[in-house]
Amino acid sequence: MSLVFAGVCSHAPGITGRRERADPVVRDAFYAAYERMRLALEAARPDALVVIAAEHFANFFMNNMPAICVGMGERYEGPIEDEAWIGIRRTRVPGAPDLSRRLIEDVMNDIDLAYAQEWKFDHGISVPLHFLTPRYDLPVIPVNINCQGPPLIPLKRCYEFGRALRRACNAAPERIAVIGTGGISHWPATPDSGKINERWDREFLGRFLANRREELLAYRDDQTWREAGQGGFEIRTYIALAGAAEGHTGELWFYAPIPIFAVGCTVAVMNLDGKAQAA
Amino acid sequence: MSLYDVQKLIYQLNRDAQLRERFSTDMETVLTEYDLSDEERRSILEPDVGLLYVMGVNGQLLMHYAALRGYEWSAYMEAMREGERKYGPVRTGLYTSAGSRS
Repeated sequence: MSLVFAGVCSHAPGITGRRERADPVVRDAFYAAYERMRLALEAARPDALVVIAAEHFANFFMNNMPAICVGMGERYEGPIEDEAWIGIRRTRVPGAPDLSRRLIEDVMNDIDLAYAQEWKFDHGISVPLHFLTPRYDLPVIPVNINCQGPPLIPLKRCYEFGRALRRACNAAPERIAVIGTGGISHWPATPDSGKINERWDREFLGRFLANRREELLAYRDDQTWREAGQGGFEIRTYIALAGAAEGHTGELWFYAPIPIFAVGCTVAVMNLDGKAQAA
Repeated sequence: MSLYDVQKLIYQLNRDAQLRERFSTDMETVLTEYDLSDEERRSILEPDVGLLYVMGVNGQLLMHYAALRGYEWSAYMEAMREGERKYGPVRTGLYTSAGSRS
């Protein structure tokens, strides 16, 4: 079949863990955007959901850090965080090992991948699933792009990974949904948690939604670190998603800085129905 | 490699419920299994979250260690600020305050 859904959303742990401390009006509008995304995802009737995430040392550490790893498990477990701290109950999530294997084999024609048959989700995946698949009944294929421990994979390789994933999805008979999750600018887990560079975020989102490859790949990590925080390295997940949706533009369903969530909260969906345009 | 060991301990505590259990009953013994300086041992045991932050422990790890040791969110934020006041700017790594990134 092909890609039947593509979108991006935020994943910060405060979104669920510190929900009572946010401005309820903005928070509820953000939650409503996740809900709209859930309905759109369900309407696309996917057989599996690929989640391109940036984890935070739940599975991968500096002893053996893959640039990109794809899950190939029969099931996963998450969130790894303390349940009360993150505000999500720990649960099992079904995998799609056979589809995973075919996608990995296909993608590896273009991009080297690691794979993992064991994987514990952290907030990077558990927060999006809490909103998007609240019954945990849709098989998930997790993807991790290392955005934590440099050296980090170059942005152009993230876009290429997305492209390769799209080609692999096109070759599979299943209906496949893909989301990218991450922050745009943010300084999580520093004394500046809550700082958000809205101007930077809106500029990035403009390039992302128009899916202008060259402009997306023009970011440099040293500038991103200064202007958008170390959390800004997670634009890799959005750029991979843009590669998967190459030729298609997107629509912003929600953006607002919510400081207690430590991120500019974002929900955006690509218009896959339209005819693909040259980048 | 010592900061690496501090981070590895926290990573393993996050993943392993049995290690957490052992750590809660006998921290000192668990710490002998890691290559740590005296300053690192002290900051983990106490815990001195501000010093761990200044040493350069990755924030995504330290955030969970602070929670494990009972730090509420605002107290964790304040501990990092107190660490900078007491020990100076973050010594290494990417998790530094925004103002120091010129």
